[in-house]
Amino acid sequence: MKPAPFGYAKAKSLDHAIALLAEHADSRLLAGGQSLMATLNMRLSAPALLIDINALDDLGRISLAGDTLEIGALVRHAEAERSPEIARHAPLIALALPHIAHPAIRNRGTIGGSIAFADPAAELPACLLALGGEVAIANATGTRRVPVDDFFKGLFETALGPGDILTAIHLPVARADSRYGFAELARRHGDYALVGLAASARADGKGLKDVRLAFFGVDATPVRARGAEAALERGEDAVAALGRDLKPDGDVQASAAAKRHLAGVLLGRVARQLAEPQQLGEPRQLAEPRP
Amino acid sequence: MTERFHNIALVVNGEPVRERVDARKSLVDFLRDDLGLTGSHVGCEHGVCGACTVRLDGMIVRGCLTLAVQCDGARVDTIEGVSDTGEIADLQAAFQTRNALQCGFCTPGMLLTAQMLLARGGVPSREEIREHLSGNYCRCTGYHAIVDAVEAVARARAEGRP
Amino acid sequence: MKIVDDLPSGLSALDRPNSYIGRAVPRPNLGRLTQGRGQYVSDVTLPRMAHVAFVRSPYAHARIKAIDTAAARQQEGVIAVVTGPELAKVITPWVGVLTHLKGIKSAPQHAIAIERACWQGEAVCAVVAKTRAEAEDACERVVVDYEELTPVTDPETALDPATPVIHASLGDNLTFERKHEAGAVDQGFAEADEVVQATFGFGRHTGVTNEPRAIVADWNAGEQRLTVYQGTQAPHMMQNLFAKHLGLEEHQVRVLTKDVGGSFGIKVHTYADEMAAVALSKLLKRPIKFVADRLESFVTDIHARDHRVHAKIGVKRDGTITAFEIDDLTGIGPYSVYPRTSGIEANQVVNLVGGPYRCPNYRARARVVFQNKNVMCQYRAVGHPIATSVTENLVEMAAARIGMDPVEIRRRNLIPDDGYPCAAPSGIKFEKLSHHAALDKIVKMMGYEGLRAEQAELRRRGIFRGLGFASFIEVTNPSAAFYGVGGARISAQDGATVRLDATGAIFCASGVTEQGQGAEAVIAQCVASAVGVPLDKVRVITGDTDNVPYGGGTWASRAAGIGGEAAWQAGKALRQNVLAVAASILQADATALDIRDGIVVDADSGRERLGLDEVARIAYFRPDTLPPGFQAELMATRHYVPRAWPFAFTNGIQASYLEVDTDTGFVTLLKHWCVEDCGTVINPQLVDEQVRGGVVQGIGAALLEHCVYDERGQLLNGNMADYLVPMAGEMPDIEVGHVVSPTADSELGAKGAGEAGTAGAPGCVVNAVNDALRPLGAKTVLDIPLTPDRILSALGKV
Repeated sequence: MKPAPFGYAKAKSLDHAIALLAEHADSRLLAGGQSLMATLNMRLSAPALLIDINALDDLGRISLAGDTLEIGALVRHAEAERSPEIARHAPLIALALPHIAHPAIRNRGTIGGSIAFADPAAELPACLLALGGEVAIANATGTRRVPVDDFFKGLFETALGPGDILTAIHLPVARADSRYGFAELARRHGDYALVGLAASARADGKGLKDVRLAFFGVDATPVRARGAEAALERGEDAVAALGRDLKPDGDVQASAAAKRHLAGVLLGRVARQLAEPQQLGEPRQLAEPRP
Repeated sequence: MTERFHNIALVVNGEPVRERVDARKSLVDFLRDDLGLTGSHVGCEHGVCGACTVRLDGMIVRGCLTLAVQCDGARVDTIEGVSDTGEIADLQAAFQTRNALQCGFCTPGMLLTAQMLLARGGVPSREEIREHLSGNYCRCTGYHAIVDAVEAVARARAEGRP
Repeated sequence: MKIVDDLPSGLSALDRPNSYIGRAVPRPNLGRLTQGRGQYVSDVTLPRMAHVAFVRSPYAHARIKAIDTAAARQQEGVIAVVTGPELAKVITPWVGVLTHLKGIKSAPQHAIAIERACWQGEAVCAVVAKTRAEAEDACERVVVDYEELTPVTDPETALDPATPVIHASLGDNLTFERKHEAGAVDQGFAEADEVVQATFGFGRHTGVTNEPRAIVADWNAGEQRLTVYQGTQAPHMMQNLFAKHLGLEEHQVRVLTKDVGGSFGIKVHTYADEMAAVALSKLLKRPIKFVADRLESFVTDIHARDHRVHAKIGVKRDGTITAFEIDDLTGIGPYSVYPRTSGIEANQVVNLVGGPYRCPNYRARARVVFQNKNVMCQYRAVGHPIATSVTENLVEMAAARIGMDPVEIRRRNLIPDDGYPCAAPSGIKFEKLSHHAALDKIVKMMGYEGLRAEQAELRRRGIFRGLGFASFIEVTNPSAAFYGVGGARISAQDGATVRLDATGAIFCASGVTEQGQGAEAVIAQCVASAVGVPLDKVRVITGDTDNVPYGGGTWASRAAGIGGEAAWQAGKALRQNVLAVAASILQADATALDIRDGIVVDADSGRERLGLDEVARIAYFRPDTLPPGFQAELMATRHYVPRAWPFAFTNGIQASYLEVDTDTGFVTLLKHWCVEDCGTVINPQLVDEQVRGGVVQGIGAALLEHCVYDERGQLLNGNMADYLVPMAGEMPDIEVGHVVSPTADSELGAKGAGEAGTAGAPGCVVNAVNDALRPLGAKTVLDIPLTPDRILSALGKV
């Protein structure tokens, strides 16, 4: 289908984007557009105005500040795949990126777009939740940081309100004692997950502490399995605890019972990953765009 | 500033283009309808099938998820242009000799996507080729001959053969 | 280095020097397709062309009480807004029945629904505008007042008295029923040592052609001629139907196909929205273009394979199969599709169950019922996947029950290779098949013993791999027995015209069509071999009713066997004519001459005498130099239809090797094999690639593809993200081997090969999954697609 008609404005600066958002209530931000345009093409949504923020280069940076890695909202998935900083300091993100769709999508899709769109079966929102990062938001009144545990509110609903722009995510960097785990089950490579799990923890002698288990594809938002987290920290059977943590609904791809079962299987696999000391990765070798 | 219709100036297959477009017009529809470059195809309009894959500033993108108006000032290359430069002549020849296309509808997108992998150099495994092409839908070939063709070209290029 | 081993043609009459029969030469149309310079119907634009979009019913069953088009007419770019009653003045309705399917019934279907919408997605109003986008904008302004009616959405209860009858005039929701019995079935089951009974479920799915359906209709009021660009497989059939329903003479209609972005049977049917587009062109006197977008395609392209089969097999302890029985229930849409009918698939299921085996005892019942879901009709391998899966799954279940190897049970029951000609208990007649040779070949190709050993070793380590086979037969090269005898104006014969052009090239016009399988290349190979010219001198055109011989098009795997034979005969006739001219020029005996590599030569020595360009030059420009009275004829047309056999059955066998992750229910396909006997192979590479593509479509059915409807007749997954088609990442490598049993019904001896892959793949994948799970005591899974849910359920894990 073709989208319903809309106006288009290209933001020249972050302030310009904020001003346009404030002036036009029925508007949407256009970043990578990989989710938004599919939605508009199906006429599932019909905003009066698209505000294109792709020229805001300031939002496209990756920078290290002390023990926090800042990833700008406009960093493309493909750029993130090539980033030595992400490979070194946020290896969980590096693990997840190759699962996101396909190369042509990753060339345009952005980190910020994925977090803001908050598809319940998407990888990056769960990674953010597993890392315990923060989301940086700007609007006409200023800027704020929202801890990820308060960010995802409901189905496609986040702490972003009208007039808000997600400008960056801030992640605690990997430490010597950091442990990560990632697993997802999808019928085909690049599909949204039937069920997925992103996890982080810290080694505590032979055990684990600060365990964060973020499941995706099982609820309206990525969800932490807090009972299972506590069980892992105590060295107990976490899969049994999972039954109380997760109440998935079934969908066209998998029944609720299957999702519960698969979540348990993934937990077992990720728990084994967390138990192993890990190498911090190198970025995948990808071709630079032709000049 | 917030209008529906915009003037855009871009370079398509090396030629300067100036057109006025409705903001909602996708890049692939612009190429097909306004410029008559029908080699890029429309298969789903939701970014899944890959038939609309074109190059934007040197990188492959989905033409159905990119707006023409966003390409103001950009460089776009389609299968016709890339064919004429000879950049993928060996890949196109391999597709022909191995019958790695049947109806040809997925082929332009498949070729541009494969070339992205081949441009990295080296010889990817069949699994890596399949994974890289996993976003390009082909209903005719079952993919085996396509993997053969890409693998053969990777080997030939790595060995410096034509 | 050759990529594909050329096959020896092994045919004495065809063993000509420089023959292309059996050679893997590249297709001539690939150059333009790899450069993006093809011309698909969706690329066609004409002056003053307008676009149509349709308002489609959101309900599966609803009375259309009123349609208010006033606001839509005011929209920017709108040319016309047309409802069903208005369009009915221009185009008549149709009924999808044929007389040879006894008792089949269906109701008239209009181009745009008039009184009721009978499936979610049926068009209720057309908007014509300058652009597709503007037409869609205006569609949103059309206000339709619907009264929701109870939809019929469960085939199991469609015939219950309490269920509403969709078309009151028909009396009930039964489209067609067929019963068949042969041999002594009850005795067969009584004599069995084991009877295996099972219920099979086949998920409704659809073709998902990469290029959606597209049509550009151009009524020229001055010429009183209709030109239609349509990606149809059967242009002559459509020419007849457009003329019939628009009140035109056939010669007023021209149908052109151009390049087609995949069809697989989807584009061989008559679609209401395409007929509407054509009618709109006549009404508005300008070209009208309709391209179904992907969301429309899911709710309007024909669906297929919605079957539930109860089945039984009787087997003795020594492996002898004693009886087959099936009860097939298939739920179509609210109309039998026109003109081929939606009864054919069920009819095929009855014809084909048990086909490879010599067991004479067979009972079948098939019922086709109407539902308020999208229409259903022939899709690649029509009925074969159902029949093959049921048969082959029963055979392997029987083998497991008696503790026999699945290869062994086949050895004991497949019709012997020297047992032909013979007839199957369903009545189908076999000329010559090679089930045992194919089985021997596949066992060798796959290294069966080694795979079984590997499977056993891995089982000990808790890794569960499975091996499954499917023997199959395929209907190809159909005679009039398929459609013509039922009153359909669908041609079973085909024709080819070949012409020597002025510079020595050969032009050929063929009545078959090309959708990517390589029909044009195969025709070119036949012509080049028959005439005796290099392949690059031959140009083939197809898909133009003004300029090709009257033909049937491409479907039921007929292009090579029927179209190829017509081209071969025409090529031979042209060769005779050329040699007659050459003989008169050279004052030689025509029987002592031959044409090789485009040159007239002495047949015995090969001495070159005259180029074909020279023959043409003299015949066309210097006939004054030819002997008195001599008339050169450098063009020839021949037609061909199979006469001895109603169908040319082919046979083959497939095998699947896969691994089941018993924790997740996910299946990894490790490798796939197919041995195919399609008679004389004209181009082995094209046959192999047709098999591979067909196999992957069958794998899609086995594991991924399902049009999921809810009880209200709403399609829940009608988009490319939720409806899963096979992509490269999950598909196996597919090895293809051949056995050659030519048909004597044609000189080439070629049968068809286009659908074999799809026929056998689902059955052997299901067999392999069950083989993997059997040692775990899992329930047998026979409901496809085999989703993780279904496999986990069989394992008792959910």
